[in-house]
Amino acid sequence: MNFKLNGATVNVAANPAARLLDVIREECHLTGTKEGCGEGECGACTVLVDGAPVCSCIIPVGQVAGAEVTTIEGLGGDHPLQKLFMNEVGAQCGICTPGMIMAAMTLSDKPTLDEIKVTLAGNLCRCTGYGAIYRAVLKWRGMPVPDEAGSAATA
Amino acid sequence: MRIGLTELNLRSAATLDEALEILRDEPRRPVAGATDVYVALNFGTTTDRKFLDIWALDELRGISASGDSIVIGALTTYTDLLRSREIQQRLPMLAAASQLVGGAQIQNRGTIGGNVANASPAGDSLPVLFVAEAVIVARSVEGERRIPIREFYTGYRKSVLRQDELIVSVEIPPVTGRQAFRKVGTRAAQAISKVAFAGVRGPEGPRLSYGSVGPTVVRVPMTEQALASGAGIDEAAKVLATEIKPIDDVRSTGEYRMRVAANLLRWFWKETAQPQH
Repeated sequence: MNFKLNGATVNVAANPAARLLDVIREECHLTGTKEGCGEGECGACTVLVDGAPVCSCIIPVGQVAGAEVTTIEGLGGDHPLQKLFMNEVGAQCGICTPGMIMAAMTLSDKPTLDEIKVTLAGNLCRCTGYGAIYRAVLKWRGMPVPDEAGSAATA
Repeated sequence: MRIGLTELNLRSAATLDEALEILRDEPRRPVAGATDVYVALNFGTTTDRKFLDIWALDELRGISASGDSIVIGALTTYTDLLRSREIQQRLPMLAAASQLVGGAQIQNRGTIGGNVANASPAGDSLPVLFVAEAVIVARSVEGERRIPIREFYTGYRKSVLRQDELIVSVEIPPVTGRQAFRKVGTRAAQAISKVAFAGVRGPEGPRLSYGSVGPTVVRVPMTEQALASGAGIDEAAKVLATEIKPIDDVRSTGEYRMRVAANLLRWFWKETAQPQH
């Protein structure tokens, strides 16, 4: 079956019942997408399917036939939000980071802090306390950083 | 995934007719957004190995009006429900439940038909469907059955849905009165409920439903009756305590659930005391 992965058509031999996550990592050799909980709660495996965020650990690859899948590698490795995650220390252990960034890709141009919290509600981070993540996202979109997003990880 | 891939067989259907013919010929568990089925596969908690992918059946998507009722196609996702003006205006409690069912990733894949078919006592949309007195429309090659949701579940993860049937839509008759939905879990989204609640306070008395307090989602007719006949909230809470028997499990204790259920009743009664503007 075929689907588009980061803009290029790929033809995979996998069983249609295989998890999208495993096909991306093991057959397509793109290991940026991580597995966290395996039950759709943590969002670490988030990729975009036709622009919408989904958990790739609970999707059979057969369901993305003909669709456009975007992973963290699809951002090119030099994306401004990736740099801001580094600079603001929005990444600590790093497991949540690719999924967090992919979910953030679906934000509007001028998101409020509340919108960011809702958009990232499906992505869990156990290291940062989220302050640094929200700050990175706000700065990426050129939005002012309210105190409640600025306090963590600045010391 | 705990289950070997070679054991799994996922066949996909392109049309509803094709899907129903496949289900007539052999038992296959339908897979829509896969948010429940694939969790079960990842953790090895299902014995199912043959599946039918129905995600491509666009004819089962969408929200439309039929007379006074709203008809929600089985493959309508929580994201679709949240974005629907019809749902926001006429069924705000369903929009609220959709918002809390999980993060965007789950809202984008989870479907109302899947939530109904999965038959979990913790299904977030189910208390809403119980107080809305929804009708589940199931189809097979032999025809269509319309099943009131109160008759749909027969026990823990058991329903009257036959192996050869597919849920095609959920019909929701007009709902009069103030609506409310609450979910109590470990966090706002992305957690399975410890207790879920939906209520409607209408002119003929309240309709109340709880999730995760028994083997199926339930209405609490004695508590409803008590409130409808003018009992105070303390008295109604006592009736509720005789009417549900929540259990201890991995997510919570029966005692905690009972207390939360009573608190939700009090919250609902206070919240809906003023008539709607």
